[in-house]
Parts: sequence; structure tokens; C-alpha cells
Amino acid sequence: MESKPAVKDRYTDLYLNNIASIEKGSSPFMNSFRKEAVERFADMGIPGRTNEAYRYTNLDIWFRHEFNSYFMPGPGDFERAAKFSCEVEDLDVHNLVLLNGFYPSNNGKLRQPGSGITIGSLTENHYGRYAASDTDGLIHLNTAMASDGVFIHVPRGMVPDKPIQIVNLVYSKEDIFNQHRNLIVVEDNAEATIIICDHTLSPSRFLTNAVTEVYVGRNARFSIIRVQNEHNNAAKLTHTFIHQERDSQATSINITLHGGLVRNSTYHYLGGEGASTNSAGLYLTDKTQHVDNYVNVDHAYPNCTSNQLFKGVLDDVATGAFNGRILVRKGAQGTRAYQSNNSILLTDDARMDTKPQLEIFADDVKCSHGATVGQLDENALFYLTSRGIARREARLMLMFGFAHEVIQEIPVEALRERMDTLVMQRLRGELSRCASCMVKCG
Amino acid sequence: MLVIDNLKASINGKQILKGISLHVKEGEVHAIMGPNGSGKSTLAAILAGREFAAIDGGSVSYFGRNLLDMAPEERSRDGLFLGFQYPIEIPGVSMVNFMKTAINEHRKYRGLEPLSASDFLKLMREKKELVEIDSTLTNRSVNEGFSGGEKKKNEIFQMAMLEPRLAILDETDSGLDIDALRIVANGVNKLKRKDSSVIVITHYQRLLDFIVPDVVHVLYDGRIVKTAGKELALELEEKGYDWIKKEAEKTEESWRVNPQ
Ligand SMILES: Nc1ncnc2c1ncn2[C@@H]1O[C@H](COP(=O)(O)OP(=O)(O)OP(=O)(O)O)[C@@H](O)[C@H]1O
Ligand SMILES: [Mg+2]
Repeated sequence: MESKPAVKDRYTDLYLNNIASIEKGSSPFMNSFRKEAVERFADMGIPGRTNEAYRYTNLDIWFRHEFNSYFMPGPGDFERAAKFSCEVEDLDVHNLVLLNGFYPSNNGKLRQPGSGITIGSLTENHYGRYAASDTDGLIHLNTAMASDGVFIHVPRGMVPDKPIQIVNLVYSKEDIFNQHRNLIVVEDNAEATIIICDHTLSPSRFLTNAVTEVYVGRNARFSIIRVQNEHNNAAKLTHTFIHQERDSQATSINITLHGGLVRNSTYHYLGGEGASTNSAGLYLTDKTQHVDNYVNVDHAYPNCTSNQLFKGVLDDVATGAFNGRILVRKGAQGTRAYQSNNSILLTDDARMDTKPQLEIFADDVKCSHGATVGQLDENALFYLTSRGIARREARLMLMFGFAHEVIQEIPVEALRERMDTLVMQRLRGELSRCASCMVKCG
Repeated sequence: MLVIDNLKASINGKQILKGISLHVKEGEVHAIMGPNGSGKSTLAAILAGREFAAIDGGSVSYFGRNLLDMAPEERSRDGLFLGFQYPIEIPGVSMVNFMKTAINEHRKYRGLEPLSASDFLKLMREKKELVEIDSTLTNRSVNEGFSGGEKKKNEIFQMAMLEPRLAILDETDSGLDIDALRIVANGVNKLKRKDSSVIVITHYQRLLDFIVPDVVHVLYDGRIVKTAGKELALELEEKGYDWIKKEAEKTEESWRVNPQ
């Protein structure tokens, strides 16, 4: 019997065969990480079901597919990115549009939206420091293959006049595998709010592997809101690393409206006393979609607080997973760590797997976790219908109310309102993707 | 308007209502009293359309229609209102959105246009004043974190918004302080029209001092065992239920000896 080459070899080959074009579109600093990264990927491979963190998500069928890769933006891409306009009303932001992971509208030039704040292509300093993993080869694959991405730097004490929005467009006539990479540095006493929107613009099959590294300095404040609205033929794997220094505050919110397969892993490192972090997520899935949120909160210092709130509604034969790890290291006294995951299954065939993972090595710790998987509350439904509201409408109101608890965490009002509308439309089964989307996904 | 005839219902195979007959005419106020667990809330919930009990027999007609065939929302749009003994908390659903949706569904049913935002707010303000409900309560999620008394007031606020023809108030008085009791009772009286009726379920004469019933029924062990005028409530307050229970058991025995 012939032994099949491992799927991972295809990806190391892809790297080796394209190294010249990868490096050409990139900076020498980024290039200096590639060799080691590809070796680590070759060691670890693509996470399989035996990897605890990927237990409920089957990546194999996606990685086996023959994708093309995309290492250099073409002239048409610049136009496409420039034409994109976000349709969230009254959303006043610094807007960056990337196409297939490249930042063509600016192509390497840095922008300065006031007071020394830098937005531009990826450069050095902090790069590659936080995206570390001994178990997830995909992070190293990204470091090996990502050519470009967004770098945002907010110097000490600075507060950008408005949020910064990164729009990730994926467009190609061919099926493509592509890498997104971001680095966000918010120095001591500074503030930043980042909105990341993921869209697919053509119906081809896409696999996207995205790594975002965030450094939050002492007493700094940081929020990242991710809005995922991709078609059913797209798989999106995100890995977000948020490193926090003492007394800093961070918030991460993933709103998954649509997508064939979505897996978000969010790593929160509480790396100084008095830091606090909020990790939230909302997933609305139907048909055969699959959404998996993996959260890893690392309490390394005393008196830090973390809060996880993940909620979702699953319809048809959709599946979901939540895996929330809380690690309280020895000496991290006075830790408060909370976690809750609630899901509503609308059919008997929808499925949700939820798993808390608590590892506590300090003794003065307040920790709680709770998970529920259930149906809509019949008593609440009766209450609403007894006031004249039709059962169908009452169900929508309950689902919306359930989802709203996550939406209300969004710190940008215009976006919060837009999400309320999109979520309502999504729950009603109306299209919730942007009107400019050409993709007719079932 | 409401004719209940020999209604029998059971929950999980246990008979809870054992043949209830009750006739409520337009403009009347009925009080239903009776010991804990006798089936008062079960009767109220069945009338409002909650599907948790099996109907084993009998019928209920509401303005000539078969009430038991109607969905809860239809009953509400046709003017039936249940004030819950235990109002439900619904996190994430705002009072404003809840009431706006309910009012507009009622209007649609009557062939009316939805209320404009300003007309709706005006209506809310008016009704809030009527039941003297703290105006910040309506900015919150439905009943979420409301105190026991606030929840009961909120029931009457909803009743004021929907202006029912038949209101069934299940222990709306329990949990209310003395002032709140007066406010709630006044609210109910103000909302009362010549052609509307009220069924109050209560354990205490206190409420009936304010909302004066035309008829008082005693429900015991799934049956209405006594029906009389408002003086019956006073008598119960004084003597408790023992004498009623004894009377009822005697009747039961005579039924067993001489089955019909
Ligand atoms: N969902 C249910 N499942 C099982 N038994 C029930 C259910 N609801 C009511 N019952 C039973 O039916 C009987 C009547 O209950 P009901 O709530 O109607 O009494 P009640 O007269 O309203 O009492 P109270 O004065 O305490 O409010 C009780 O024995 C109760 O335990
Ligand atoms: Mg009761």
C-alpha cells in the first residue's frame, strides 16, 4: 500500500515553492521569522481532532482541498479595495481595506491620523512576539506565509480621535488559501478601538488563516470587535493574541453572523497586576455551518479579572463548539475569572459542544463557569403571546433578547445599532450580509 | 361573555380541575377564592391559553366562540387579559419593545395602523401615571430584576395599555404594600368599563374592599364549592376554609352514595 503524503507537506511545499514571491511582497523583518516558523509548522502540522482545542472542529476536509495561493496583489485588486465602502450608517472610523490579506490602498506607506499614531503595513517591533503556540501549527504557518497585514501603533498616552476599522475582503475567481496578519501596539496609558470586518466578495471556496497580535501597555485601554459575515463556502480561522500589561483593560467581541466554518481562538494574557479582560462572542448559525470559539485566559499576575460571555443560536443541522480555558498560575492571588456559555438549539439536529477547562494553581481565587444548551423558554413565550404577540414574533423577540446581551457589550454605538439590525434580520432569515455583497450564498 | 361549563383538566395524569362551571356577564366583577393548590391559577392559565394541562372535558365559550380553540395571542387580541401570579422575567427584551409590539398587534387585528413613536410614548406616559409605576421601570428588560411589588404593578400597567374586556387577575394583590394595593385597585377600577368584566383571584378580603365583587366563588379541590355575594369573602376572612371544606366533603360523600 502506498502511503499518502501528509496534508501538511502540501503546505510546506507551497511555502518552499513560493518563498521568493512571499518574501518579495514583504518586509525583511517579517522575512526573518519564516524559516523557523515553517520548521515549527512542519513539526506540529495542521491541528487534528486529537488536539484538545480542535476536538469539535474538523479542518481536514478544508485543508485537503486544492487551493491556490495568493502572494502578490494585482492592479485590479487595488481598485476593488478602493471601491469598497462600509455600509454601517454613521460609523465614523479610520477605514483600512485589505484584499486577500494585502493592504493595497496604501501599499506600505504609513498614515498618520494625528498625534503620532501610525497605521500602515507591518513593520518591526513587537512583531512575532505574542503569537506563540506549542500546539497550534496554523499560527506558525501564518508567520511563515503571511506577506502583509496591518500595523497599528498608538504611542504612549495617545487616544485616536476615532475607532480604526480593518475590512478584510476576500476575492478571487479561484479557490484560495490565504493569510491575514495584524499587529496592534497600544502603549502605556493609550487607547484604541479596532473593528475588524470579514467579507467574502466572490463565491469561490476560501480558506483564511488570520493571526492578530496585540500589545496593551500599562493602564492602556483596548477593544477589538470582529464582525464575521462570510459565505457558506468559506472557512475562517482566526487566532488573536492579546498581551496585557498591568492595570490595562481589554475587550474582545466576536460576532459571527455567517460563515461555512468559523473558528476563533482568542488568547488573553494578563501579564501584570490589576489587568482586566472581557471576552465575548455571539454565533448565529444555520444549515451546515460550524462555529467554534476557543478562549484561553492566562492569569499570570495577582488581582486580575476576566470575564467570558459567549452565546449563540443554532438552527437546522448547524453545529457549534465553545472551549473556554482559564489558567490561574501560582501566585496569581486575588484572581476573579468568570465564564458563561449559553446556546439555544432551534432544532433536534443542531448540536452544541461546550467545555470549560479550569486550571487553578492559586488559592485566593474567585472563579465561576456555567454552560447551558437548551430551547427557548416556554414560560417566556407564553407570557409574550398572552399579550397578543404572535408566537413566531415572540420567538424572534426572545432570540433577539438573548443575542442582545452580547451586542450591548460593543463599545461603538453606530456599530452596536447596526449589529442589532443585522442580528434581527439574520434571525428573521432575511439576508444580513451587506447589500454590496454579490455572493448569493444559500 | 364567558361561559365555562363543567371544565375538567389534568396535569401529568392528575386531575386538577374536576368540573368547573362559571358564567361571567358583561360588567360583572367575580372573585375566586380558595385554599392553596385548589386549582385557581390552573384555571386562569387555561383560560389564557397556556398549554400545560390536558382538557378532559367541558367547554369554554367567550363571546360565543370556543375559547379553547384559540391561540393565546388571539385571546389577547380579542380582549382577554391574564395578570400573572408569577410574572416572567425576560432578559434582553425591553419593556418598550414588548409593549409596542403588543399594542401594534392588537391594532393590526382591529384594522388600525401602527401607533407612531410619539403617540406610543404618550400612551405609555398616560398609563404609567394611571398605575403610578416608576417611570424608569419601562426602560428596563421585561420584569428583569423588578421587585415582587413592581412586577405586580407592571401587570396592571400592561392591562392599562391593552384595555381588556375580560381581565383575570391572579393574586395581583399578593406582595403589594398597602399603598401599592390601593393604587393597583384604583387602576383596575378606573380601567373598568360598563361592558368589561374582571375576575380577581385573591386570598384576602383587603383587595375586595377596593374592587367590590358582584359574586364570590370558592374553589376547593378543583371544584367551585360555594358561590355567593360579596359577604362571602368577609365570612371566609373570619372563619377560614374549614367549614367550606367540611361542607364540600359532605357533598362529595353524598355524591358517592347516590351517584347520578
Ligand atoms: N405544571 C404543573 N405540573 C404539575 N402540577 C401542577 C402544575 N401546575 C399546577 N400543578 C398542581 O395543580 C394544583 C393546583 O395548582 P394551582 O397553581 O392552580 O393552585 P392555586 O389554587 O392557584 O394555589 P395558590 O393559592 O397557592 O396560588 C396543585 O396541586 C399544583 O401542584
Ligand atoms: Mg395560584
